[in-house]
Amino acid sequence: MRDLFYDLVRRNGMAVSIYLMLAVSLWVFILIILPQLTMLDYSFRFNLPPAKIGGPEDVYTLEQYRYFFQGSGASDGINTLDIGILFKTLLAAVFVTVFDLIICYPVAFVLAKSSTGAKARLLVLALIVPYWINEILRAFAFRILFGATGVINETGMGLGLWDTPIDFIRQDVALYAGLAYAYILLMIFPLYNAIESLDRNQIEAARDMGANWWQVHAKVVIPYAKPGIASGMTMVFMLTSGALAAPQILGGPSNLWFTQLVYQWFNSGGNWPRGSAYAMVLLIVCIALVLLVMRLFKVSIGEIKQ
Amino acid sequence: MTKEISLEHVWVEFGEFTAVHKANLNIAGGEFFSFLGPSGCGKTTLLRCISGFQEPTRGKVKIGGQDMRGVGPNKRPTALIFQNLALFPLRTVADNIAFPLEVRGVDKKTRRKRADELLELIALPGQGDKKVSELSGGQKQRVAIARALAVEPDILLLDEPLSALDLKLRQHMRTELRAIQKQVGLTFIYITHDQGEALTMSDRIAVMNKGKIEQIGDGKAIYDHPTTSFVASFVGENNVLDGTVLSNDGKTMKIDAGLGTPFTVENHPAGGPALAPGDACHLFVRPEALRLSKDDSAINQFETNFVTEEFEGNMRHIVMNASGTDLKLSLINDGTNAIDANTPVKLDFAPEMGIALKPGELASA
Repeated sequence: MRDLFYDLVRRNGMAVSIYLMLAVSLWVFILIILPQLTMLDYSFRFNLPPAKIGGPEDVYTLEQYRYFFQGSGASDGINTLDIGILFKTLLAAVFVTVFDLIICYPVAFVLAKSSTGAKARLLVLALIVPYWINEILRAFAFRILFGATGVINETGMGLGLWDTPIDFIRQDVALYAGLAYAYILLMIFPLYNAIESLDRNQIEAARDMGANWWQVHAKVVIPYAKPGIASGMTMVFMLTSGALAAPQILGGPSNLWFTQLVYQWFNSGGNWPRGSAYAMVLLIVCIALVLLVMRLFKVSIGEIKQ
Repeated sequence: MTKEISLEHVWVEFGEFTAVHKANLNIAGGEFFSFLGPSGCGKTTLLRCISGFQEPTRGKVKIGGQDMRGVGPNKRPTALIFQNLALFPLRTVADNIAFPLEVRGVDKKTRRKRADELLELIALPGQGDKKVSELSGGQKQRVAIARALAVEPDILLLDEPLSALDLKLRQHMRTELRAIQKQVGLTFIYITHDQGEALTMSDRIAVMNKGKIEQIGDGKAIYDHPTTSFVASFVGENNVLDGTVLSNDGKTMKIDAGLGTPFTVENHPAGGPALAPGDACHLFVRPEALRLSKDDSAINQFETNFVTEEFEGNMRHIVMNASGTDLKLSLINDGTNAIDANTPVKLDFAPEMGIALKPGELASA
């Protein structure tokens, strides 16, 4: 830490160094560590009325976590509802992540290897422009698009493909489409960066030595782009499983996303400790899953950073 | 198996730009054939036509008599060695060499056996489990060759594979490449801008400039009897004088180059197109063909003044000035060639050492 500071001073001078250190410390501590610690602390407490906070009943407890696993029923029961929602959320997030990967890989490859200069910049711009629009507005746009009288149903029925409007919302098609779209850029850009740095000669060499297109990708491009793939998948998965706006707006009435559960405990439930405990459960399970998958595919965190 | 390659009127055009201009040649099976030319002359494009990464806009590429149009690079009996080698950094040496077998579905054990055989051939036995990054430049070079040979192609294409190596290693690899070619007996097609490489290794050389093949011949023919001004000035050092043909009796020409008595230059059957009296010409005389006159009766004699000398140990590279034109002169440092810097020196050259060609584009130094 001291060496780091001296190094900073040597490069940037005293005033800039102090500012940098302060700004980064404040950022990390106040905006990241402190709220998380508070949440962690909350998650181990009872939900008490304000008058009793700090009183004799305000002690640490595992009650909130017990509730997640066992529910309000008997002590040997299992909270199948909430655990089920967590699993469904994770499964859906994995599905969305894989779906994004399948869509983005070809796009990133074409962008990185087949287009040059101005054309590539234009393509990148075309990808970014839609994201100037607010996430919630985009979700509503999808709702309209997929609605009973939306463009998709109108077109489908107009062409005679189906007779009665399909309820895309209830069947979660709108939700998956919305989520897949929401974080797609976070998949494309790490992939693009990884593939872009691959020497074109490697691809041609593989071709020349008899590899067909599938083998070129499976044996040369994908192994090389693995860190980028891991980075993109991690980001999309984390953000999708933690998404709130899209599930709120596009989710079917019977389908709860785990974040909505957290939101309910905080908001309408008025039970912040339980909300905190649920948020912690989501965070830990997600991190564990990501680490597990990275281990399975032999990717290290150091590689992802690059 | 070696196969003959023929290029029949091959053109490659990128929009307005013509990269290859009507290339027409045959390369025999087992030949070491080089394309020599400055960068941008179209030699790499031609190589890509043979390997299948580029389709000619017009004309045909035939390998073993078979038209290659529409046959992809992965289906051709050619193996390409890239300028930067394009070894796969994430694979071990053995996995690199066995890659062509792997994509053909050969089982792991056979692959490893073949890789070990090839490592033996390139004198790197037992190094199969190393990472590519652990090898030296010359070793990587040899691994790239082994990888190209893994599926026994008919033709090996090499795109300036030695340009990234340092001088010593480059000279060593020349000998080694030639030895490997003799050993495996394949057709090698070699692309280079380095005339030393082309001259030392090749059976035949095609000199290219601006998409056109200027001359095809063995190293000696290209060096001793260039047929165009470009070849004369690109291959090796050359002095060029502007002159006018005074007479041509079929055997010798008289050429006035503005340096006193007209020069006598022999015609050579393998030389360029015949020149007629009155034609303008470029007269080329190699630095090693110029010599210090021993007596005043020598033929093709002219007077020069000393400008500067570059001493190279065994050779002395001297610049002399003759009526405003600088001429390079290479002399063996055997103690007999003293030059007095302050008095005019007479030089001469043998009639068979002068090369008179139609004026044409000269290679930029």
